Amino acid sequence: MRATIKILRFNPEVDKTSHWAEYQVDTEPNEQLLNVLHYIKWNLDGTLTLRRSCAHGICGSDAMVVNGRNRLACKVLMKYLGSSVTVEPIRGLRVIKDLVVDMEPFMAKYKSIMPYLINDEDPGSRERPQSPEERERFDDTTKCILCAACTTACPSFWANGEYVGPAAIVQAHRFIFDSRDRGAAERLAVMNEWSGVWRCRTIFNCVEACPRDINVTKAIGEVKKAILFDEV
Amino acid sequence: MAQAVAVIRAFYKGITYRGREGHWAWMMHRVGGLGVLLFLALHIFDIFLIGFGPEVFNRFLFIYHSPPFRVLIVFLIYGVLYHALNGLRIIIIDFWPSTTRYERQMFWVAMAIVIPVWLVAAYFTIAPIFAPH
Repeated sequence: MRATIKILRFNPEVDKTSHWAEYQVDTEPNEQLLNVLHYIKWNLDGTLTLRRSCAHGICGSDAMVVNGRNRLACKVLMKYLGSSVTVEPIRGLRVIKDLVVDMEPFMAKYKSIMPYLINDEDPGSRERPQSPEERERFDDTTKCILCAACTTACPSFWANGEYVGPAAIVQAHRFIFDSRDRGAAERLAVMNEWSGVWRCRTIFNCVEACPRDINVTKAIGEVKKAILFDEV
Repeated sequence: MAQAVAVIRAFYKGITYRGREGHWAWMMHRVGGLGVLLFLALHIFDIFLIGFGPEVFNRFLFIYHSPPFRVLIVFLIYGVLYHALNGLRIIIIDFWPSTTRYERQMFWVAMAIVIPVWLVAAYFTIAPIFAPH
């Protein structure tokens, strides 16, 4: 299967603005898009820059805009993309080169929600037990791999880079609704800020973009309700 | 200014991103809301004209019956209907987050109510243009 891959490229040492480059590639229907990008980089144009680590949908390194939607290049197969494919860097973060964006602002937002267990109580010499029902409350949001596909698909984030974004809210949800954690009030205070959860306009691009099938908007809704009714 | 540029850029990203129902529901909600706001401003203006006496007021109201304005009113009706129905969808989603699973279906239910009501209202708005005087 012959495919035309159009990639939005930007080299900060040469280009003032980004431009499209086209590559003709022979592909297999069950091939990952990431494989095709590898082929281009290794055989057609070694200057193509992209980020990837595990190549199996776990590390969250290779989120990009594929045919107009946020996808992980390693999780999307060529047969679902057709013979003409466009690839762009994820939106709303500064492009460093080609498909690599500056993830620092994204990670800073992740840190701002205190993504670790807060609990000063001494558990003694054993674990902090939790019932299956208590675990179930935040099960969905434990699946996040911080690929930024949700945050960079969010129009509220495009319009205002200060917005903490869906990914950070998902991570906050993971701890706020954890029965072992005692930091809910602190995190809800961050969520209730001007740049917090209220910038969500229930657009659902985050849900469509998430490669882990997390119901992001539901998690955001639960955080909104926890603030509104002062009840976790 | 920087904020205005950011909003324009965001709008460009909005129309070039291939989101699904929720994305377009939101875009229409925004555009419809702004349209309704524009008419509201006009409405406040026409009520303000009462202060200059009935003649001025009536003369201005005449423009609402002109054919081009009737076409605009058809858009206004869509804006009001859609904004109201999709607004209910958003309220339901916000207060009962588990309904997020059905957001697409809820969008189409809203459209199934909006479109027929809008078409009927549009007919009665446009028909007088073609009626013999």
